[in-house]
Amino acid sequence: MNTETTSTDTMSTDTMNTETLAQTPVAALQPADEAELAALIAEAAASGTALEIIGGGSKRGIGKPVAASQRLSSAALTGITLYEPGALTLVAKAGTPLATIEAALLAENQRLPFEPMDYRPLLGSAGTEPTLGGMVAANVCGPRRIQAGACRDSLIGVRFVNGRGACIKSGGRVMKNVTGYDLVKLMAGSYGTLGVLSEASFKLLPRPESVETLILHGLDEAAAVAVLCEALGSPFDVTGAAHLPGETPRTLIRVEGFADSTAYRAGQLRDRLAHHAHAEIASDADSNAALWRSVRDVEPFAGQSGAVWRLSLKPTDGPKVVAQIRTKREAQALYDWGGGLVWLLTSDLEDAGAEQIRAAAAQVGGDASLIRASEPLRMRVPTFPPQAPMIAKLTAGLRAQFDPAGILNPGRMG
Amino acid sequence: MQMPAPNAEILANRPAVLSRLRDTLPKGAVISDPAELKAYECDALSAYRQTPLGVCLASSTEEVAAVLKICHEMDVPVVPRGAGTSLAGGSMPTADSIILGVAKMSDVLEIDTANRVVHVQTGITNLAVTGAVQGEGFFYAPDPSSQLACAIAGNIAMNSGGAHCLKYGVTTNNLLGVRLVLMDGSVLTLGGPHLSEGGLDLLGLICGSEGQLGVVTEAWLRIIASPEGARPILMGFESSEVAGACVADIIREGVLPVALEFMDGPAIAACEAFAKAGYPLDAEALLIVEVEGSPAEIDSQLARIKAIAERHNPLTIRESRSEAESLAIWKGRKSAFGAMGQISDYMCLDGTIPVGELPRVLRRISEMSEQFGLKVANIFHAGDGNMHPLILFNANKPGDLELCERFGAEILKLCVEVGGCLTGEHGVGVEKRDLMGVQFSSVDLAQQMAVKDVFDPKWLLNAAKVFPLSASADRLRAQETAA
Repeated sequence: MNTETTSTDTMSTDTMNTETLAQTPVAALQPADEAELAALIAEAAASGTALEIIGGGSKRGIGKPVAASQRLSSAALTGITLYEPGALTLVAKAGTPLATIEAALLAENQRLPFEPMDYRPLLGSAGTEPTLGGMVAANVCGPRRIQAGACRDSLIGVRFVNGRGACIKSGGRVMKNVTGYDLVKLMAGSYGTLGVLSEASFKLLPRPESVETLILHGLDEAAAVAVLCEALGSPFDVTGAAHLPGETPRTLIRVEGFADSTAYRAGQLRDRLAHHAHAEIASDADSNAALWRSVRDVEPFAGQSGAVWRLSLKPTDGPKVVAQIRTKREAQALYDWGGGLVWLLTSDLEDAGAEQIRAAAAQVGGDASLIRASEPLRMRVPTFPPQAPMIAKLTAGLRAQFDPAGILNPGRMG
Repeated sequence: MQMPAPNAEILANRPAVLSRLRDTLPKGAVISDPAELKAYECDALSAYRQTPLGVCLASSTEEVAAVLKICHEMDVPVVPRGAGTSLAGGSMPTADSIILGVAKMSDVLEIDTANRVVHVQTGITNLAVTGAVQGEGFFYAPDPSSQLACAIAGNIAMNSGGAHCLKYGVTTNNLLGVRLVLMDGSVLTLGGPHLSEGGLDLLGLICGSEGQLGVVTEAWLRIIASPEGARPILMGFESSEVAGACVADIIREGVLPVALEFMDGPAIAACEAFAKAGYPLDAEALLIVEVEGSPAEIDSQLARIKAIAERHNPLTIRESRSEAESLAIWKGRKSAFGAMGQISDYMCLDGTIPVGELPRVLRRISEMSEQFGLKVANIFHAGDGNMHPLILFNANKPGDLELCERFGAEILKLCVEVGGCLTGEHGVGVEKRDLMGVQFSSVDLAQQMAVKDVFDPKWLLNAAKVFPLSASADRLRAQETAA
């Protein structure tokens, strides 16, 4: 086992005016295998030592800062355990850098279906290395969620150590598996609060031969979302539907597949949407990669200061909710998932708009998460959407079962 | 197959339980007449039967909540039931249980094509969901073979799949929200008409929990724009090894069919006799591959698939040329279970294996078939590794069912041994309950049972399922002691 000393300063952002809490550097425990991981957690549970669970640290700025004297890192749990391209299956240790996985998949012309967002530009965590475990723990996804789902939808198995120090497996390495409760889903997006992942299995997809994007210029937000809904309601298997407002607004609709097929579908969509606006079609790989990376990573907000919110709503509610929020405060918006995901950049003064933004989202049954804010703000304002009492009760009950001593990332999902 | 001994106190208390339920529910909603109860003594796993204490057919979430509240107060076990099509005994009652059916709750509450979501009551059948939206050019993707009859409630409980989930995923990937009633009668909403986020994924946990955590009365389902068209191709090969290699090549070359189905010789013969779909009787392995898109896109994808198949010396390649031909090809596959049923009694298994293990597993099954002296036909979702071996037996021959069960257990153990699982889409139910220890350690199972403790501390909801009786005994005993 290695210990590594890291200053939390390296996690702070350079793009935000962050008031960093005074924290002394702490040593990170780095178990070399699952058995060592289990032993460390059992020990921490016995002594009641709270642990901050960390992968590469790229998303450490999400959620409520964890008050823990000890950090536990998955950095030494690395390696691809199994990769069978013919079965579209990959299994790897939780600390494996995502870059390693993506390189291995690229070599076989395959990919993770859910287009995982790289949070580093937005959170200012350049220099960190996102890991597979962190991606699962945050249930990361991207523009393709509307068609291929989020990380949870491609995650077919996990191994983890719960807060009692017990090694648990759920799911496996096959795509269809309903044997026992789906703890796989429960682990995805649990931010290390139910257990520490040691291994994860994924369903993969082939990379498409061709990608084409329709770009419509000059639409306002409501008109853009109407166009996106129409495109998503067409038979043309749209895999990306986003709107980037601003002085030169652009509405983006993506199709992927074999070249003859994308050409056909892009053409059909252009014709069908012609009554809204003329669409140009981007067909070359580089400009498509750049366009969708920009949407996926919310690049327009990356260099700007302020708080960043993530709202999930019915697509048609997106522009209405944003308009309502704008009656109270200034906000820039970026729409993904056909309008169902709204990224909002607004002032980080006071509660960063928490009350107004959450009220507007709640009015239509939507959720709002505070994704980027300073530590003091995240201590003060709930970062995850507030829960109904019954759901909060079940959540607390599950935590008590998985981590009775409350030592795993305590408070992170607050 | 063993069920826990019914609680004598509850049996003795039957009149009081039924009377409270009758007082609360509308007239006719409580069934207690022995003749009428017969219809509820089993589901599609009809080898096992048990008459329940009574049956409640609810018409609303409020009625579901009222039944659960009463049973919770009186410590009466409850078995939720959709359409009763479970092949795993998921809705099989115990003698001391009340069956709570949602089949009367079959309304479509809202269709929202702009946001691609439909809000339904869960008693609606799977096919009726598609029926409600297809006029507007949409469909609901999961398509279990029983889709004409099975209810969304059961689809959610078992996280049902189907032939087309290679592209569109299974129920959990198409479920946006539920209205859930807990055993104590409290009602909550998880998710809703959009991709909700934040907090633990309780929706993902509920889906596939076999009715043990709560009763789902309403659901928000993702609907998808129907493709312009779809067309299958039939390919016959001399062996399952060759067919398996062809499947791997199709996937590796980046073609993603919507369905990729496999049948072995005995299954081909039975389905052809039933559906007259033109299946090649000389082939030991048949693949049905379906692709979607415009006519030109379909032609182009099928051309790619044919080129790949040609490398594997197929005995037959036949592209469907008409809607009627496509229907016939699918009729053969979708009626496979019925076709086998005309020949013999059978038990349908549902294990999943890593797709590369197909030849080895089929070889072993064929060896075991000799040992047990029972014939097997294999049907397989080849794209995702979900097998459906059908073991033929004679229900009237003493000892044959038991022999068949032992054979089935060996096949499922084999599935786990090669890296797969006990059930891909049917669920554990009572059928595979006592095999769970093959796939999971006692610690794994304890973690799952701890989840049930949170949702249903008294272990009243569909309790004698999913977990080996030996493992859940402590929890069931605790519940009895409490009672």
